[in-house]
Amino acid sequence: MVIGAGGAGLRAAIEAHRQGARTAIVCKSLLGKAHTVMAEGGIAAAMGNVWHEDNWKVHFRDTMRGGKMLNNWRMAQLHAQEAPDRVWELEEWGALFDRTKDGLISQRDFGGHRYARLAHVGDRTGLEMIRTLQQHAVALGIDVFMECTVTRLLKDSSGGRAGDSARIAGAFGYWRETGRFVCFDAPAVILATGGIGKSYQVTSNSWEYTGDGHALALQAGATLLNMEFVQFHPTGMVWPLSVKGILVTESVRGDGGVLRNSEGKRFMFDYIPEFFRGETAETEEEADLWYDDKIGNRRPPELLPRDEVARAINSEVKAGRGSPHGGVFLDIASRRSTDYIRKRLPSMYHQFAELADVDITAEPMEVGPTCHYVMGGVEVDADTAQSGVPGLYAAGEVAGGMHGANRLGGNSLSDLLVFGRRAGESAARYATKLGDERPAVAESDVGAAGRAALAPFEEEGGENPYTLQGELQETMNSLVGIIRTAGEVQQALTRIAELKQRARRLTVQGHRQYNPGWHLSLDIANMLRVSECIAKAALVRQESRGGHTRDDYPQPDPAWAGVNVVLHEVAGQVFLIKQEIPPMPPDLAELLTQEPTKEA
Amino acid sequence: MAYDAHFRVWRGDIDGGDLVDFTVPVNLGEVVLDVLHRIQATQAGDLAIRWNCKAGKCGSCSAEVNGRPRLLCMTRMNLFTASDPVVVTPLRAFPVIRDLVTDVSYNYEKAKQVPAFSPQPREADGTYRMAQVDVERGQEFRKCIECFLCQNVCHVIRDHEQNKPAFAGPRHFIRYAELDMHPLDTVDRKQMVQEQAGLGLCNITKCCTEVCPEHIGITDNAIIPLKERVVDTKYDPLVWLGNKIRRR
Repeated sequence: MVIGAGGAGLRAAIEAHRQGARTAIVCKSLLGKAHTVMAEGGIAAAMGNVWHEDNWKVHFRDTMRGGKMLNNWRMAQLHAQEAPDRVWELEEWGALFDRTKDGLISQRDFGGHRYARLAHVGDRTGLEMIRTLQQHAVALGIDVFMECTVTRLLKDSSGGRAGDSARIAGAFGYWRETGRFVCFDAPAVILATGGIGKSYQVTSNSWEYTGDGHALALQAGATLLNMEFVQFHPTGMVWPLSVKGILVTESVRGDGGVLRNSEGKRFMFDYIPEFFRGETAETEEEADLWYDDKIGNRRPPELLPRDEVARAINSEVKAGRGSPHGGVFLDIASRRSTDYIRKRLPSMYHQFAELADVDITAEPMEVGPTCHYVMGGVEVDADTAQSGVPGLYAAGEVAGGMHGANRLGGNSLSDLLVFGRRAGESAARYATKLGDERPAVAESDVGAAGRAALAPFEEEGGENPYTLQGELQETMNSLVGIIRTAGEVQQALTRIAELKQRARRLTVQGHRQYNPGWHLSLDIANMLRVSECIAKAALVRQESRGGHTRDDYPQPDPAWAGVNVVLHEVAGQVFLIKQEIPPMPPDLAELLTQEPTKEA
Repeated sequence: MAYDAHFRVWRGDIDGGDLVDFTVPVNLGEVVLDVLHRIQATQAGDLAIRWNCKAGKCGSCSAEVNGRPRLLCMTRMNLFTASDPVVVTPLRAFPVIRDLVTDVSYNYEKAKQVPAFSPQPREADGTYRMAQVDVERGQEFRKCIECFLCQNVCHVIRDHEQNKPAFAGPRHFIRYAELDMHPLDTVDRKQMVQEQAGLGLCNITKCCTEVCPEHIGITDNAIIPLKERVVDTKYDPLVWLGNKIRRR
């Protein structure tokens, strides 16, 4: 059983089906609407179609450096090695990528990637990917249960083999259309539920991103990793308010766009960190030459990893050099022709024209940071995607480790494919091996899950779930946002504790049929749980690294360089431990010390 | 710039319903979906709306605003004057589930009937080579976000429910066209699109093209070329003669 029908879920289901397992996909929305559809820029894979110098080793190095070396190195290795095959496979299933002059899959520049590496379709790569996977899954005849939300994972009660009581046995949920309950018997469950962005006020994420998979895993006894690392994408729309947070693809910068402050200055040159100085251009002249000659020149600072750019924008705005609506200017109009922009960035052109009355071929965009992605997630085995709970797997954004402290653009879509496939394969193998010794769901657990789900209908005179959600979003945005301090995070934890109390008394209007107020009141429990994890982990990591910036500890701390923060839950309480990352094998470590400049 | 708007939102289910009036504040730059969300958060917590990305990319929030099929998230409030009521109703061609949410499973059933993409083998060097100009023809149709506004507005099913079993609709005609134009595909679906998908029922009134939020040339670039291809095969005198001779 696969929960979630984005890139990871679909790829996992396809693989499980191929391995001969009876496979079902359960998803909160209609098929093809998952958040993958929003991905714009491309799929990072070292195919070497544009730059022959590119290979998995360089991709691995870029990924580790972008993640501030905190990545699960085995995942980063598998990801870099397998991504090209996963892209070629999409082509075999009908995807129509943009082409190079000699007819191969074209690849574009993105932040943190040494070479042009992202397979893309204009600026709607996610749509192409989800449609391809969706159509392939449908052609294979895989069962898809749409608009069905899972509220709880169920554990084994068969009392079979000793020590097996911790196994997954199935999942409980409701159909949105009718409000009726459903219980799935499934010995292997793959979480592919995406992220947590809806806990923040300004986000590029859709309503679905309420951290369901993270919360389900915690509740089932699995552990979460490094939840403090939340990526704020540097360029979200800032105006009008209605669209604040909607993503402006990094491809704008990859294709030549630059960031300027209110004085017209390309301020990113002032924010090049020591760590990336060797590979970043120092002058506008050098930066501009790089687009055509990557061997002789260094990368423009606008294409530093996302955490660096987001912090820089934040600083410029704070220093009073922002745009009229509290962002900075992203300018491609003065740098590329109208034809080029409309061809390479059609969705961006459309988005700004329709929603903001801005013509991006004629004037700069106003942009600012928006909550985009969570690097933290379910702790899994790199090779099999299995969590600490037998039968429970996680792939894609809901899984942790792959991206370390900061994810590079383009590495998400490839992550979905690489680890979706691995999760599907190992889950199928696990389920097949069980034979007749299948776990069984306990009736009492099903009853309890049903009662919990109906609780909001019992309460009268309780709180409005929409109000509570708004307060949580405001809390996370202002107190556990892009820049954090101990005092503010502590304040957030106090507020979250209060909200948790208040969330026990929510009241919903109406009945069970397609009732968004009811759905939200159930999602809130997940959002609160995940927000608490983020805040607790953010408090304990007393350093700044990647997607976690502490104003009171502004530097990376070598003592934290090899340490993961691992969270687990006991009786509704979240606990955390520090865990050493195992040392990297010498052959991988060697790749990181090599300077790839001018060697092929 | 903020003002109080008069919204009339259809509420009900398969057994019937009615327009319900709401007075709700509107801020500068908002879209219809923002206003509906405000109604949900402050006046009618159980108002059913289907939506996801709120950026015009997923095609979930299709409905009819003042009678015109639209994406709620891409319909700016400045289209309307402050004094006129904004009437929001569910898509008409599909059965209502609740309020603004309809049962669009018809579209997913039709999608299942399209014979799958089946590529030719890779070239000797293990690659597929295609020219940009050739992939661009199919790419136009792959911009489709499956909002089903074209299906909703198509007379063949909007006004004639009974046609649904025999008619796949514009969304799927562009899928057939895309596969037909795919440089790697090897399956011939021309007979299928005519006989099972009901291409012949389309009388090219271009309503689908008009409502497409992705501005896909559904009629001109997909349906008409498909019709021509079908005619070419079906009524090609040489093929006809060949068939005659072979049957003997």
